[in-house]
Amino acid sequence: MCTLPTDDGLTYVMGAPKGFSARPLLPFDSGVRGFLERLSARLMDDAATRAMPDVTSFAWWCRRANVERLAKDYGDGALRIGRGLAFHVTPANVPVNFAFSWAFSLLAGNANVVRLPNRDYPQTAFMVGHIGALLDEERFSELRAMNAFVAYGHEERITGAFSAIADARIVWGGDATIQTIRQSSLPPRGIDVCFADRTSLCVLGAARMLEAGSESLERLASGFYNDAYIMDQNACSSPRLVVWLGGDAEAEEAGDKFWNAVRAQVERRYRLAEVASVDKFTQACRDAIELDCVTEMRRGDNRIYRLRLRALTGETANRRCGSGYFYEYVAANLDEIATIVTSAYQTLAYFGVPREDLASFFRRNRVRGIDRIVPVGEAMEIGLIWDGYDLIRTLSRVCQVH
Amino acid sequence: MSAMTVDRPATVEDLLGTPPFSMEDAAKRAVYARALSALTHCHFERCPEYRRIASLLGYRPGDKLEREEIPFIPVRLFKEYELRSVERSEIVKTITSSGTTGQAVSKIYLDRATAAHQTKVLVKIASSFTGSKRLPLLIVDSPAVIKDRALFSARGAGILGFSMLGHDPTYLLDENYRIDFARLDAFLEKHRGGKILLFGFTFVIWEHLCQTLQGAGRQLQMDGILIHGGGWKKLASLAVDNPTFKRTIAETCGVSRVCNYYGMAEQTGSIFMECEQGVLHASVFSDVIVRDPVTFDSLKSGHAGLLQLISLLPMSYPGHSILTEDLGEILGVDDCPCGRKGRYFRVLGRVKNAEARGCSDVHAPH
Repeated sequence: MCTLPTDDGLTYVMGAPKGFSARPLLPFDSGVRGFLERLSARLMDDAATRAMPDVTSFAWWCRRANVERLAKDYGDGALRIGRGLAFHVTPANVPVNFAFSWAFSLLAGNANVVRLPNRDYPQTAFMVGHIGALLDEERFSELRAMNAFVAYGHEERITGAFSAIADARIVWGGDATIQTIRQSSLPPRGIDVCFADRTSLCVLGAARMLEAGSESLERLASGFYNDAYIMDQNACSSPRLVVWLGGDAEAEEAGDKFWNAVRAQVERRYRLAEVASVDKFTQACRDAIELDCVTEMRRGDNRIYRLRLRALTGETANRRCGSGYFYEYVAANLDEIATIVTSAYQTLAYFGVPREDLASFFRRNRVRGIDRIVPVGEAMEIGLIWDGYDLIRTLSRVCQVH
Repeated sequence: MSAMTVDRPATVEDLLGTPPFSMEDAAKRAVYARALSALTHCHFERCPEYRRIASLLGYRPGDKLEREEIPFIPVRLFKEYELRSVERSEIVKTITSSGTTGQAVSKIYLDRATAAHQTKVLVKIASSFTGSKRLPLLIVDSPAVIKDRALFSARGAGILGFSMLGHDPTYLLDENYRIDFARLDAFLEKHRGGKILLFGFTFVIWEHLCQTLQGAGRQLQMDGILIHGGGWKKLASLAVDNPTFKRTIAETCGVSRVCNYYGMAEQTGSIFMECEQGVLHASVFSDVIVRDPVTFDSLKSGHAGLLQLISLLPMSYPGHSILTEDLGEILGVDDCPCGRKGRYFRVLGRVKNAEARGCSDVHAPH
């Protein structure tokens, strides 16, 4: 048992500083699995969950069948155990991210202190309520002593106090946050897992797009909508660059077909904020001024901006306009994109391109970026392997037994 | 209206002879189509950044466009780029709009002609409200605003512009933004019995005139007209609206004629004035279009959207057609009971989460 830091500026939203236990568990501990299973059921049973798709997706993720499936990938026989205390700094702009970060670390076997987003999201309060109520049950008393959710401003002394006792620190960026948090040092054996600002792209095969029937087209467009628009294109895995593979004429025709289908989704499902409308227009003007390779802008209206590029440029990776603003390029072959795939790129979502071609592109070009290659529609599916890290293996340690 | 019959677009000079609120919308549409097409072409040729933007927006040099088809650029760009349509050597003045502390500042580059037009047009528009007789002017601000500034602030520009409208310009506030009662009493004594003109920025008037008088329990009896502008953002956060503002002015200063204006540092001079009916009017020098935020289609009266502001004045920088971050709606055309022609409208406030801006929503440190 130990005592966690206290401070006037610090609130323990769940858990308490006294009587905290940082004694680790083995990964996929049966108690943790039982807890997640109950949490999933509890969330699913609450009618309010249905109105919150992000909470629903968390509840669905931590259901028993899924966690069992995940556990299979770690049955390599190695003797592993959680690192100890994990300190999570979760992003302000994604309401349920804290829960995933916490659940991953819990499955790896760690005790956790999670700094909640400062903004008041109904989802956050809702989930914290359910998690807290469940931990209060007697059978989860060991887990209760291992977990605390905290809220504080940006006080460096508080970040410093938690960092000083953390065996692992998980920081969900952006880059500026990571820089700030890193000013506080970890114990000598402490590790940082930092999720920096990233960008993502989408590769579409023009020929396959032209063949697509209306049903698969609609599924694709819906998937693309989920990848790009659900988080206002602000997620690291949301595509910002769309690369067509094929000839110019073919890509032109395929583009019309695809974007018309996306437009139908967007018109039905997306509400463009007035400020986003100004932001996107302003970004287009900046691009006109700064990027020589922009040849054309297409926007039926302000919900979808398509900036056609004559040539690929690394510049577009740094531009994070959001709310449905896409750079678009027609490539004769996949290798063309190798030149711009820096470490800034996280997810490559694809349609109409053989998966083997993408993996061999990766091997052949030994690109510094791209941590995930997933079908269009799965870009937002967060998992135990994220941003190139295997979180179970990273957040646990191995005991060699010879 | 002879300007319209000659074979060149109407210019600011031509229109200076026209009463500023006399042009009906149908006539204005024709005048503006030609004048704005010419202005757009001119900036396209002279401002490289504007050329690239206009090209991307589909403009081709020489296009003859209707008023609603003229390209517009977001007002934020003036904070991020040096947008000029004249050589640097021709710049005589740079206006800066003071954003809230710590924010980027718009820079507006004026050549001699544009600067002169701003002053002339401002006088023309404002004097149609104050009368052609120049009244004693009480400036509700501190002389500190125009001193010691390497760059010329929009607030300073407003003060100097309005100074042309009155005589015996007198600053009400001292260097520390406190009412200089001795100076005020002397001014009022000197001009006793006559009308006076008061000018200032909305939040400065509220904070340093209304609040101070209320706090001091003093009531002034001034006969005259108050013209104020600069934005409602700060007052909105204090839940002070235009009727409250007017009532408080009447109570504390005795001034019953209060006239708000709306304008951007990017379009200094061609301001929109509030009439007796409490609505804003475009003059012959400017116009307003309301854009649907989703489609950018121009909206009819009664539909709220983003305000696009048009001015014939900007020659030295491409600010003749700008998209603001303000929401508003056109209330009518040519038929305001006040008798002024053209479009009249109201501003509904800034878009949510927009980078806070305003032409003068900030104090010099004090």
